[in-house]
Amino acid sequence: MLQLVADGFVIGSVIALGAIGVTLVYSILQFANFAHGELLTWGAYLAWTVLVGITAVAGPIMPLGPFSFGWSLLASLVVAALATAALALLLDRVLFRRLRRRGSAITLIMASFGAALVLRNLLQFAYGAVPEYYSREIQVALRLVPRHVLGGLRITPDQLFVLGLTAFTVVALHVFLTRTTLGKAMRATSLNPQLARVTGIDVDGVIRATWIIGGVLAAVAGVFSGLTVQLWPQLGLDLLLPLFAAAILGGIGSVYGAVAGGFIVGLAESLSVPLIGAEYRAATAFAALIAILLVRPTGLFGERP
Amino acid sequence: MPDLVGLLSYATFFLVFASVFAIIVLGLNLQWGFTGLFNVGVAGFVAVGAYTSALLTGPEYPGQVGGFGLPVVVGWLGAMAASGLAALVVGVAALRLRHDYLAITTFGIAVIFQLVALNAQPLTGGPFGLQFVPKPLADAIPGNLAWNAAYLLTVAVLLGVVYAALERLVRSPWGRVLRAVREDEIAAESLGKRAFRLRLQAFVIGCMIMGLGGALYAHFVGYIAPEDFLPILTFQLWTMLIVGGSGNNRGAILGAVVVWALWTLSGGLLREIVPAQHQARAATLQVVLIGLMLMAILLVRPRGLLGEDAVVSRHARSVSPKPDVPTSPS
Repeated sequence: MLQLVADGFVIGSVIALGAIGVTLVYSILQFANFAHGELLTWGAYLAWTVLVGITAVAGPIMPLGPFSFGWSLLASLVVAALATAALALLLDRVLFRRLRRRGSAITLIMASFGAALVLRNLLQFAYGAVPEYYSREIQVALRLVPRHVLGGLRITPDQLFVLGLTAFTVVALHVFLTRTTLGKAMRATSLNPQLARVTGIDVDGVIRATWIIGGVLAAVAGVFSGLTVQLWPQLGLDLLLPLFAAAILGGIGSVYGAVAGGFIVGLAESLSVPLIGAEYRAATAFAALIAILLVRPTGLFGERP
Repeated sequence: MPDLVGLLSYATFFLVFASVFAIIVLGLNLQWGFTGLFNVGVAGFVAVGAYTSALLTGPEYPGQVGGFGLPVVVGWLGAMAASGLAALVVGVAALRLRHDYLAITTFGIAVIFQLVALNAQPLTGGPFGLQFVPKPLADAIPGNLAWNAAYLLTVAVLLGVVYAALERLVRSPWGRVLRAVREDEIAAESLGKRAFRLRLQAFVIGCMIMGLGGALYAHFVGYIAPEDFLPILTFQLWTMLIVGGSGNNRGAILGAVVVWALWTLSGGLLREIVPAQHQARAATLQVVLIGLMLMAILLVRPRGLLGEDAVVSRHARSVSPKPDVPTSPS
């Protein structure tokens, strides 16, 4: 039981970070971005590429303390986050910005659907369909709770790292959105784009910031997923439904809602495994989505349907 | 003349697939072209139709439900009913909300159907799928080519029926209200039209047509597996509609033929020039090409090859010959 909760929080971290990007793009750019999952995949693979590069140049890097990875993965994470943000900006420049000028919201969704397939297949072309790992070190799971208390709890240092860095990222984002001018401008644009433009907010700058934040968080989430599970070209596609479920559950436009939704979906997926089997865990996200649409379509923290 | 026979059988093959896709795209056109409903789970509804018909008509598989051995026509009707039912469930949940929610929900339902197809071994046969989907009248018509030609004829007739029915539907008062709802829901509702109910009807009918397409596919190929209904299928069908011209039923059929031709040609070309061990990898490039094509069409010619007619009612055409009469408030 405790173990399932802990696992739920780990997968919930990945979903929460990805869902923040989905909800920001959805509320500021007004469309559901089906290509967001691919940003996770690309982030994960870019980090893997940099990691392989570092290892090739500097030789094998000793793992840091109890973790399965060394400083090289942290460096790769930073590079991949920047590169994924650049990829998101590029996608906006060549595709979404042009369509935004005259197309409807649905044209944007359709284009994002096409972009997702192109990105995924390019990746599969470049890397092949075989799963990869950041590290093949074997980790000793720490026993935090003995077995006789609610089934006990074992957790690997990598999972603790994921939880810790997620908490740090969410707090940093909170500070950014509440204390900086750009953050406030983003929240204003998300609440009412027209009014924001009228009051002189640089909406183009806000849009750029949205893609950068979405891209960075997607890369971090992708690396987390690669670190705790594995890397493969469908990583983002598999996470897309939970991402949308989390964003809608939390309420579109609400960053905190997306985080809460991410953890709820993660926990629901994890806790449902003993009931319905691991192969149907994606169905839990879908059930949560349908339930929230029927009961409260504005989500837990949202105001707009 | 073995070459001629080969060519003929290739042409029948191509045309059967193109016609099946055209039927599915016609269903999609009713949803997107005429009603503005964005269905991202087309492959899921096609799969429901294919599996339903295969189970209703199929032989008994060891350790599996099914084996009802019903006539193929019953299978086709069952396929339409099952896909329509699935559409009803999705539609009731999502159609009251903004269009993005329908996109996300249909995406989700396609994922779920894929999961069920892969994992519900006793029902769907799991990853290996259903291997013995009966070919209708296979005993009565000897020879592969003759049977393929007969099947082509059947599918072509059904395509004609679906086309004629949809043309009647969209030109009827019902079809005109659909467009009104698509263009301005608030105005339509203020005139007493029930937008939600209309959208639900269009969505369910469209999905029933998709289910029929799936069943036609299953009985032609003779076996179905989960990998036949991946998101790439949805994407191909969407590209067909957008290239052909959404909101135009002839455009939908034209798009199905054109995009399927491009797809088979590019596939054949890749098979020719790429060595065997790299073919799986090269196949991903094919998807990239089609994806770029869709994005380019959206950017350059969003109305597709054949755009939507500005006038839908034949009465409007015959009664008001003046071309300068504006028909839409755009």
